[in-house]
Amino acid sequence: MSDLIQTLRSRFPEAILDSHSHAGDDTVVIRPEALRAVAAFLHDDPEVGFEILMDVTAVDYYRRKPRFEVVYHFLCHRRNQRLRIKVPVAGKDPRVATLQDLWISANWMEREVWDMFGIRFDHHPDLRRILMYEEFEGHALRKDYRVDKRQPLVGPVN
Amino acid sequence: MSDQGWFTSRSDELIGWARKWSIFQYPFATACCSMEYMSVSCSHYDLERFGAGWPRWTPRQSDVLFVVGTISHKMAPVLKTIYDQMCEPKWVIAFGVCTCTGGFYNNYATVQGIDTIIPVDIYIPGCPPRPETVIDGLLKLHEKIQHERASMRGREWVKESATANV
Repeated sequence: MSDLIQTLRSRFPEAILDSHSHAGDDTVVIRPEALRAVAAFLHDDPEVGFEILMDVTAVDYYRRKPRFEVVYHFLCHRRNQRLRIKVPVAGKDPRVATLQDLWISANWMEREVWDMFGIRFDHHPDLRRILMYEEFEGHALRKDYRVDKRQPLVGPVN
Repeated sequence: MSDQGWFTSRSDELIGWARKWSIFQYPFATACCSMEYMSVSCSHYDLERFGAGWPRWTPRQSDVLFVVGTISHKMAPVLKTIYDQMCEPKWVIAFGVCTCTGGFYNNYATVQGIDTIIPVDIYIPGCPPRPETVIDGLLKLHEKIQHERASMRGREWVKESATANV
């Protein structure tokens, strides 16, 4: 177990569901309620201090419960260290807290996750679609979005 | 003689000849096909031989719209605007299979053929098409332009002449 995961485990014993360092990639699975606290720690702690949120994305496991997983990738330049945080999210009305007040880069990436997966980010200042247009129906990267579905503005609707 | 259409058909022929050898093209290049477009338009294949060597970087001065590469639904209104900005007479070449039919991108993001948005004169399939295919398509467009009734271009007569001759 890496030092970083040990630090997180000792600091947030309740929040962490799982962790591993497979192939040198530190990964922590945390409860969605604890996301803000863990993120604030990762952002503000002088020892840990991840300056960059590189990516926010999601996975639709479809038949699994909870259905979605939101994935965050952090990078610390000083230590050349990366961390992956995964947050399981329920399939019905999926929501997680926004991180855009901590890392501004989260703004657009959370919009992309909303656009593609339909996961809402609470307190996001401007949660609009970013890749598709406003009239788009559904969320294209969900497993139950049919691959040949036609949009109403495009047609013919099937 | 003019009442038998001799003069009109001769002048159409002349105008067609002039138009086909002075194609000002507008390359609307969005994806990997544009690499092949660069290849065909540069000196090795030399589109200038067919009078189409000079791209104009504004649709307002162009005759032929080369739609080169995948068109997404978000890009579709832009392409339509570009087409509308072109002056008559104008022609459209669908360059590559994505513009012809959507290609293998049968998904939420890609227009399934640009002929769902704008009229297309020549389809050049291929992923991407070889420069020879493009030249072949261009020559087919030449043929089409030559046989069009120039005076009727832009009216409903166009359809008639287009289906009759090419």
